[in-house]
Amino acid sequence: MEFALSEDQRLLQDSLKGVLAGAASLDQVRKIAVGDGAAISALDAALAEFGLASLLVPEDAGGLGLGLLDACLVQEALGYHIAPSRFLANALAATALTDFPDLLTLIAAGESKFGLALTELVSRRDGAGLTAEKGKLSGKSLLAISVDGATHLLVAETGGQLHVVEAGPDTVPMQTIDRSRTFHEVKLAGAKSLAALKADERFLAVARLLVAADTLGAAQAMIDKAVAYAAERQQFGRVIGSFQAVKHMCAEMAAKLEPGRALIWHAAHALDIGDAEGPVMANLAKSYLAEAGTFIARTSTEVHGGMGFTDLVGLHYWYKRIGVNRQLFGSPEEARESAAELQGLLA
Amino acid sequence: MKLDLAPEYEAFRAEVSDTLAKNRPLAPTADDKGYKNPKRIAWQKFLIDHGLTARTIPKEYGGYGAEPDILKARIIAEEFARSRMPGPMAGQGISMLVPTLLELGTEEQKQAYIRPTIQGEMIWCQGYSEPGAGSDLAALRTSAVEDGDHYLINGSKIWTSTAKQADMIFCLVRTDPAAKKHEGITYITFPMSTPGIEVRPLVDMTGTANFNEVFFTNVRVPKSGVIFAPNKGWQVANATLTHERGMLGDPNATKARFLELVTLMKSETVNGQRLIDNPVLRDRLIKLQAEVYAMQANGLRITTSRLKGEPAGLAGLIVKLNGCDLNHEIARLAIDALGEFGILYEEGDHLRADGSWQWRYMYDLGLIIGGGTAQIQKNIIAERGLDMPREPKLAKA
Repeated sequence: MEFALSEDQRLLQDSLKGVLAGAASLDQVRKIAVGDGAAISALDAALAEFGLASLLVPEDAGGLGLGLLDACLVQEALGYHIAPSRFLANALAATALTDFPDLLTLIAAGESKFGLALTELVSRRDGAGLTAEKGKLSGKSLLAISVDGATHLLVAETGGQLHVVEAGPDTVPMQTIDRSRTFHEVKLAGAKSLAALKADERFLAVARLLVAADTLGAAQAMIDKAVAYAAERQQFGRVIGSFQAVKHMCAEMAAKLEPGRALIWHAAHALDIGDAEGPVMANLAKSYLAEAGTFIARTSTEVHGGMGFTDLVGLHYWYKRIGVNRQLFGSPEEARESAAELQGLLA
Repeated sequence: MKLDLAPEYEAFRAEVSDTLAKNRPLAPTADDKGYKNPKRIAWQKFLIDHGLTARTIPKEYGGYGAEPDILKARIIAEEFARSRMPGPMAGQGISMLVPTLLELGTEEQKQAYIRPTIQGEMIWCQGYSEPGAGSDLAALRTSAVEDGDHYLINGSKIWTSTAKQADMIFCLVRTDPAAKKHEGITYITFPMSTPGIEVRPLVDMTGTANFNEVFFTNVRVPKSGVIFAPNKGWQVANATLTHERGMLGDPNATKARFLELVTLMKSETVNGQRLIDNPVLRDRLIKLQAEVYAMQANGLRITTSRLKGEPAGLAGLIVKLNGCDLNHEIARLAIDALGEFGILYEEGDHLRADGSWQWRYMYDLGLIIGGGTAQIQKNIIAERGLDMPREPKLAKA
C-alpha cells in the first residue's frame, strides 16, 4: 500500500509550479485579465511545452496517457497561481471522448482546443438550454468556459446527452467576479453534432473533482500568503504571527485544507482504477473543498487586515477564483445531493 | 498511489478474520462487566497468544513477539471493527505506560509490570494534570522529597480516570523545586494502595464520574519506582504523550460512528417521514460524510508516511483537533435529527440508542478539551506545522 504521490508526480507538479511562477505571476495575470495579447501568448507557450492538452489523452491517440490524479495535480498548480488555462476544458473533453479517437488525436496534437458549454447540465434558467434535432444543436448556453480561441465546444443537450460542435462566432462575454478566467453566453443555430455521447455520473464527477483541485491550489496559496504576511507585519512591537489570535486563524485554515488534499488524491485514484465509490468521493471532494475554500478565502483576507481588501496586494484574485469554483458544475449543496443519490440515500 | 495490499497481507487478513470468527464464543459480552472479569482476562490472553494484541511486545515480557508491521496492525484493527467483536483491552497502562517502559524502563521494571498489565491483571492510572497545571503541565507542583531510599509525596492530581480501579499509578512529581520547571520533574510509579492516597470521584456534565481527583498526604514510596532517572520526567512524559495523542481522533472510530448516524437517520421516522428524507438534515449528513472521508484519506496518508519512516507533518498534527471536533459534530447532528426525542437521557420509554448521542455530545466536548485542548493543538499546528513564531515569554515581574 502506498497512499502518496510518485516521484514523477511530484516532479510534474514542482516543474509546472516553477513555470507558472513566471508566466502566471500576479503581474502577468493582471495583464491577461485586461486582454494583454503578449502575456496571454507567453503563458500559452509555456503551458504548451508541458503537453498539458494531451495529458489525459491515451498514448495510442498520441497523448501522455496519464490519469486523473495527475490531472488534479496540474489543476491544483493552476489554481495556486490563478492561471488562466484551457486545461480543464481539454481534460474534460479528453475524459469524455474515449470512443472518438480522431478527436482525441486532434486534442493531443493541440489542433483542437475545447471550450465547455455545460452549465445547463446542472441548472437551466433565463431560457438557456440546447436542443438537438436531426444531429443539429440549437439554443443558448450561459457561463460557457474557455470559449476564447476554442475550435470546438463540448456542449450539453437538455436531457443529458453531450455533443461536440465546432465553435462558432455567436458568443457574448459574461462578466463574473473572476478576471482570471473568461465566461461567455454561447448561441448555436443548427450546429452540427460531430460526436454524441451520454453524460454519465463519472463525467460530472470528474468535472467537479478538477474544480475542487483548482480550489485546493488557490486555498493553499492563500494560506501560504497569510502565514508569510503574519511573519512580516508588525503591530504592538511584534510580528502579528506571534499573536495566538492570528496563529489560530492560520492553524484552522491548515487543519481544514490538509484533509481535503488527501480526499482529492483518494477520489482521483478511485476514479482512475474504476472503483465504484469514485464518483461519490469526487462529489464529496467538491463539497469539502468548496466549504474549506470559502472559509480560507475569508480568513486569509482577514489575516492580511486592511491590505487584504486592496487591489494592490491582489489577494482578491484568489478569493474570487475560489468563489467562482464554489458554484462551477454545481454548488456544494448540489454536489452533496449527488453524493446522496449515488449512494441510494434518496427516497 | 496504490491502495491494494500485497498477497502476503491479504492472506494475513483472511487468517485474522478466520481466527476471530471461529472463536466468537470465547469473547466476553455486555454481561461480563468489570475490569478484572475472568472472561475478559481470558479473552485478552487468547488475543495475545494469537498475535492480535500486544503483538510487538517481546515474548519475555508476555507479548506475542512479532516484528513491528504497521499494515498488519491496521488489518487487525479493521478486522475487529468488521467482526463487531470486542477488541483488545485498552487503558492508560497498556497504551501509555507499557510503551514507555519498553523504551526507558529497567529490566526489572519491564519484568515486573509489562506482563500483568497487558494481560489485564494490573490496572494503571495516570497522574499528570493538577488543578494548577493543565495546558501548562510542566507547572505541576506535587512534591516528592527524598527520605532515604524513599520519596515522600504531597499534593494532588486531577482528571485521573480509573483511579478507583487502579492497582498502580504512573505519576509526574516535582523532585527539584529549584531547577527550571521542565528540569525538576520525575516520572515515578507506585501502588495505589500506599497509605496516604485518597481518591475522590469527579462527577462531570454527563452525570457520571469518568474522572477522579487524587490527593497525596505524606505518601512514602520507594525510589525504585522512578522510570529512567530522577529529574528527567519531562522527557519520559513526552515519550508517553505521543502515544496518547495517537489515540484521540482515530478516523476509523469516527467512521464507525458516522455509519451509526446513517442507520439512525434511515430507520427513525417523524410524521411518517424518514429523517434522511428531510433535505436539510440530509445535506448536513453528507457534509459530515465529506469530512469523515477526508480524515480517512488523511489517515491513509499518515500510514504511508509511517511505513516509509518519514514524519507525517501537518497531516499528523491535525488529527486530534479535527477528529475530536468531527465526533462532536456527528453527535450534534444525531441530536438535531432526533429533535424533541434528542433531549431524552439515561432512561425512559422513548429513549433512542440508550441516550448515547447526548452522552457522546457531552463526553466528546471533554475530549476536545482533554489530551491537549483544541487551542493548544492550534498552537502546535501553527508552530510546528506552519513554522509560525512562538508566543513571546512574559518578562518575570
